[in-house]
Amino acid sequence: MEYAVEMKGISKSFGGVQALRDVHLELKLGEIMGIVGDNGAGKSTLMKILSGAYQADKGEIYIFGKQAQIHNPLDAFRQGISMIYQDLALFNNLDVARNIFVGRELVRGPLRITLDKKGMYRRAEELIKDLRVDIKSPRMNVARMSGGQRQMVACARAIAFKSKIMILDEPTAALGVTEANKLLGLIKNMKDLGLSILLITQRIPDILAIADRVFVLKGGVRQDILNVRDTTLDDVVTLIVKGKDRNREMAEDIKYQSFG
Amino acid sequence: MENNPSLFKNLSFKIGKIASNYTPLLILLLTIVLFSFIAPNFTTFNNLRLMVRQISFVTISAVGLMFVMVAGGIDLSIGSQIIFTNIVLSLMMSSTYGYGIDPFIAIPVCIAMGTILGMVNGVLSNTLKVHPLIITLGTSYIYKGLGYIIAGGRNIDGLPDTFRVYGQGYVGPIPVPIIIMITVAIIGAYFLHNTNFGSRVFAMGGNQDAAHLVGINIKRMKVVVFAIGGFASGITSVLLLSRVFNGQVTTGAGIEFDGLTAALLGGVSFAGGEGTILGLITGVMIIGVLNNGMQLFGLQDFYQNLIKGALLLAAVGYDIYQKNKRAKETVAKVAG
Repeated sequence: MEYAVEMKGISKSFGGVQALRDVHLELKLGEIMGIVGDNGAGKSTLMKILSGAYQADKGEIYIFGKQAQIHNPLDAFRQGISMIYQDLALFNNLDVARNIFVGRELVRGPLRITLDKKGMYRRAEELIKDLRVDIKSPRMNVARMSGGQRQMVACARAIAFKSKIMILDEPTAALGVTEANKLLGLIKNMKDLGLSILLITQRIPDILAIADRVFVLKGGVRQDILNVRDTTLDDVVTLIVKGKDRNREMAEDIKYQSFG
Repeated sequence: MENNPSLFKNLSFKIGKIASNYTPLLILLLTIVLFSFIAPNFTTFNNLRLMVRQISFVTISAVGLMFVMVAGGIDLSIGSQIIFTNIVLSLMMSSTYGYGIDPFIAIPVCIAMGTILGMVNGVLSNTLKVHPLIITLGTSYIYKGLGYIIAGGRNIDGLPDTFRVYGQGYVGPIPVPIIIMITVAIIGAYFLHNTNFGSRVFAMGGNQDAAHLVGINIKRMKVVVFAIGGFASGITSVLLLSRVFNGQVTTGAGIEFDGLTAALLGGVSFAGGEGTILGLITGVMIIGVLNNGMQLFGLQDFYQNLIKGALLLAAVGYDIYQKNKRAKETVAKVAG
């Protein structure tokens, strides 16, 4: 089977701390995969490697079956990968349209350097309509937007550039129930548009609501990939807290471990 | 008629926004009105022309400085770049002390040299990973020192007469520096507000980490914006030397503070990511009107410095107040 993403034997350390150890991940075409784990499990590090923000010490990445060299965010973008960060990576000094197109602006003229402002606002308006998101105008300044609206701008940005693989880092963490539900709906819409999605979250019910499979990390080591259909909340939580080798651990080793 | 509280709230918000957007323009108009009453000859054509020619030097270097500031940096070395390039340019052209090189060759060399001095700031900022304020403070001493060493205590004269035209010439009734200032401002405004490069400069100043994550090459951009600052200071150096017509180590000294004050007065944010060339020009004009008006009014230099210093602090304070206000609104929105 061809995968959208294959990460093979990924290892990464920061100084003396081993953040990831020989991690393998396979994302199928057009699926939503939840990435879960306790704080410090290595979820964000793994995804930052895929998005080019970090570089792995060891390991290989394949995108749609072809080996990819991802050294920076631009390389990832060229492979069709977009990452929406927990802290959103938006520009508070720019409006919605400029946020969507920054770094990949629509240009016109013989030198291809003059901004096509009309084109950008028109395209941004179309995106807002297509995604059915709650943003009144592409001229709104993102600084004046709610957390949910800001997430939607970030999603619109990924879709505007026809990303094929989208990584979302804790997208619902700062949202209320209504906004979180709207955003989960939007993520499902994006899957229907043909995107393959990796969703990092601490909210397991979100994963069970919209994901196809769930990938569990613990202490920088892959524990398992579970099919959501055959999985319960307890299964996922147990794997996050105790890991796959839980039977070998003594009770006193387990009871002091925290679950965030 | 029914009272509608949200209508009043909206209206007061809009009035507040308009007032905030046009504050620099209001200050400019107020200063013009004030000096037209208290300073003799302030509104005469000759004085206004003199004033605009005077601000043209600051404006050109301030346009370059603005690229650096919008990108989130600062360049305190502009005046020293001018001192250095001014001495080198005068030595290149001087028949008395230098090599008697033709201005058509010396001028591009001077502008290229300014650009390189700016690039050095960018490269140092990238390699030393220190705030540009410190880097450019350091390079300002170096550039100024080099200028003094090369000048060797001389006032370099013997410049070719054909060189006068850039700082002292006229096209019709308009002095050449004003024409060059307008050209630089238009080109600067085009690149900053209407190109993909300008869009990235604003993005970089708004959120440098996010700019990196969307694939903007921050290191290269830093070198380029500082190079633009140096390019503009190179042009200013040519015009100032042509105006003074004598290579002196005092030419251009401290010009960055007028440029910085003007930029802040004109709404360019100290933190980066905000500002317009039109605002900058308004800011430069406020400084120009103050300088000229206070002189005509008979205020001594130290009073002028006092007022300009107070204005700089007021502009920074206002900028920070606006930023904090917006940050609070953003936090409230995101949390809510």
